[in-house]
Amino acid sequence: MSSRAEIFANIRRGLRRSEATDAQREAVRERLQSHPRNRIPARSQHDHPAQVELFVRMAEEAAAEIVELDSLEQLPTAAADALEQKGQSELVLASDPTLTELGWAAVRTRVECHQRTGQVGDEASLTLAFAGIAETGTLMLYSRPESPTTLNFLPDTHLVVLSKQDIVGPYEDAWDRLREASPGRLPRTVNMITGPSRSADIEQKLQMGAHGPRQLVIFLIP
Amino acid sequence: MQIKSPEFKQSARIALQDENLQKALGNLKAGFPGKRAAAVARMPEFEELRDQARDLKNHILEHLDLYLEEFEARVVENGGQVHWCRTSEDARKTILQICREQDAKTVTKGKSMVTEEINLNEYLEENGVRPVETDLGEYILQLRGDHPSHIIAPAIHLNLEDVSEAFHEHHKRPKSDDPAELMAEAREMLRKQFVAADVGITGANFLVAETGSTIIVTNEGNGDLTQTLPKTHIVVSSIEKVVPTLEDMSLFLRLLARSATGQEYSVYNTLSSGNRRPDDQDGPENFHVVLVDNGRSDMVGTQFQEMLRCIRCSACMNHCPVYGSVGGHSYGWVYPGPMGSVLTPQMIGIEKAGLLPNASTFCGKCEEVCPVRIPLPKLMRHWREKEFEKHLSPKAVRWGLGGWAFFAKRPGLYRLMSASASRFMRLLGGKKGKVSSLPMAAGWTDHRDMPVPTGKTFMQQWKARQKQESK
Repeated sequence: MSSRAEIFANIRRGLRRSEATDAQREAVRERLQSHPRNRIPARSQHDHPAQVELFVRMAEEAAAEIVELDSLEQLPTAAADALEQKGQSELVLASDPTLTELGWAAVRTRVECHQRTGQVGDEASLTLAFAGIAETGTLMLYSRPESPTTLNFLPDTHLVVLSKQDIVGPYEDAWDRLREASPGRLPRTVNMITGPSRSADIEQKLQMGAHGPRQLVIFLIP
Repeated sequence: MQIKSPEFKQSARIALQDENLQKALGNLKAGFPGKRAAAVARMPEFEELRDQARDLKNHILEHLDLYLEEFEARVVENGGQVHWCRTSEDARKTILQICREQDAKTVTKGKSMVTEEINLNEYLEENGVRPVETDLGEYILQLRGDHPSHIIAPAIHLNLEDVSEAFHEHHKRPKSDDPAELMAEAREMLRKQFVAADVGITGANFLVAETGSTIIVTNEGNGDLTQTLPKTHIVVSSIEKVVPTLEDMSLFLRLLARSATGQEYSVYNTLSSGNRRPDDQDGPENFHVVLVDNGRSDMVGTQFQEMLRCIRCSACMNHCPVYGSVGGHSYGWVYPGPMGSVLTPQMIGIEKAGLLPNASTFCGKCEEVCPVRIPLPKLMRHWREKEFEKHLSPKAVRWGLGGWAFFAKRPGLYRLMSASASRFMRLLGGKKGKVSSLPMAAGWTDHRDMPVPTGKTFMQQWKARQKQESK
């Protein structure tokens, strides 16, 4: 008997049945198709302005920096300012036209821009968030040709653009949006990111910047 | 990992006298319980979430075969492969086979307790594949030739000097005693490994049947680099980790970080669904999920089924007075603390692990903090019963229980004996009211005095009071 057959036979023996009944199959199919929500904490169940406020508060608590912009056009200057503050001048952009078509020429003396995947030694990257989850100040990003996953992890500084309209209350609202954006199957990688990398593995003392980005800057646009 | 559970008593005695270990365990006790309590206080729905999580896990276990079939079908649709492994040996061979197909020399690893359980690192090394642990704690342990003593804080038994020493020796750099510098050093050293690796191995906190996804939960980002940079990503997980939907996963994620580190949410929660898509610029080309059984399917339908609800948060050991005193290594195998005392006998046999379910004060704190409400003390008691039934308990225990049963079945004799013992001890205690040594009770009196009874037994006092009241 194969390992697979043995494992399934063992489980069914434990459950005191051979094959599942129609009712049991139906219960499983129903749960998978309707994906009902479990209890959702009240903290994120408010109007949209309150959700934006909660997102900012929770993200800052997780040590992310928040920079509010009046428009997307302000991004190149704001990004250059943020990098300058950290003593950095190189930036790898995700190849999303929303980002690449901005006026980077205006800051070219301060920032050298590239478009590629992340590499060891990268100072900073800029990517576009798919959603922000207010409940815990969490960003959601996913892999696609215009947003390689390495940009979320290899650079020292991770700059992320998030539109306020993409801020939702609980995780469940983000799942619904993701199902809509990626029908049939999920992208290869979905990242939920809450603050910069950290570890407390040495004497339980929290240190920032373990293997992922040491700094996470979120640019909030209208 | 070599099994040392039969030596629990000696290991615990040594651990109690190990000043460095006791200092390190102080960090655990000062940190985790308070952080969890604060996180729980901020979430008024926490108790309700625990109820739902318990019920949902029970539903999953009743339909485990069905959800596993769904998960497998979705992984295949996503371009991945699922490998079913009944035993540790099956799993080791399967993983080595995948590494050989890739002609792999170096394998990076995210943190995974299941790979500890199946003894993967040693096996890969013996077969010419070099595993590199990338979680900071695990990396420190690998340099030292050590093993995790905790399921989420693997190096909790070490102090700063130990890390400093290990890095100095292996990195050939000037010695540093600044944790931030040490972490930066590990970051720099491991960067090269991440890129050089042919295969990346991670665990999974959950497997999502709806989407065929696996998820890892980390704070460092090492797991993400491990699974994104090499050509092949192998997920090593176990069959009870399947959950129905993304919504169901979210229920468990709301409980996991809060119960574990007291964080609202861990920094990186990452879903992997199959291999890289045709136009993607990065990500693994091959995606394998190795599902380990290793005795879990034998627990379904038994009195230990509830243990399969465990989500490996570590709250039980973080709050356990026994774990907090003797540390994780004393338990002598992969899973320590209360959850380990239930799981280890199942995996290595009660013959070898019999002392573990006995090493409990039954204070009940573990059950009180368990996010999926596993009745850990009850399950430990079931193992004690099994041990007794199999005649594995020590002779002193069996004779003691036999002697007690003899008297308990003869109430008159029992009262006579207990009344005289009570009087005798009272005499022995004298004015101090304490006894500092007693025959056959050195385990107690070596460390503290035994307070003596007041001189009258409960039954005598009860009778006296009845007489008083009827007057």
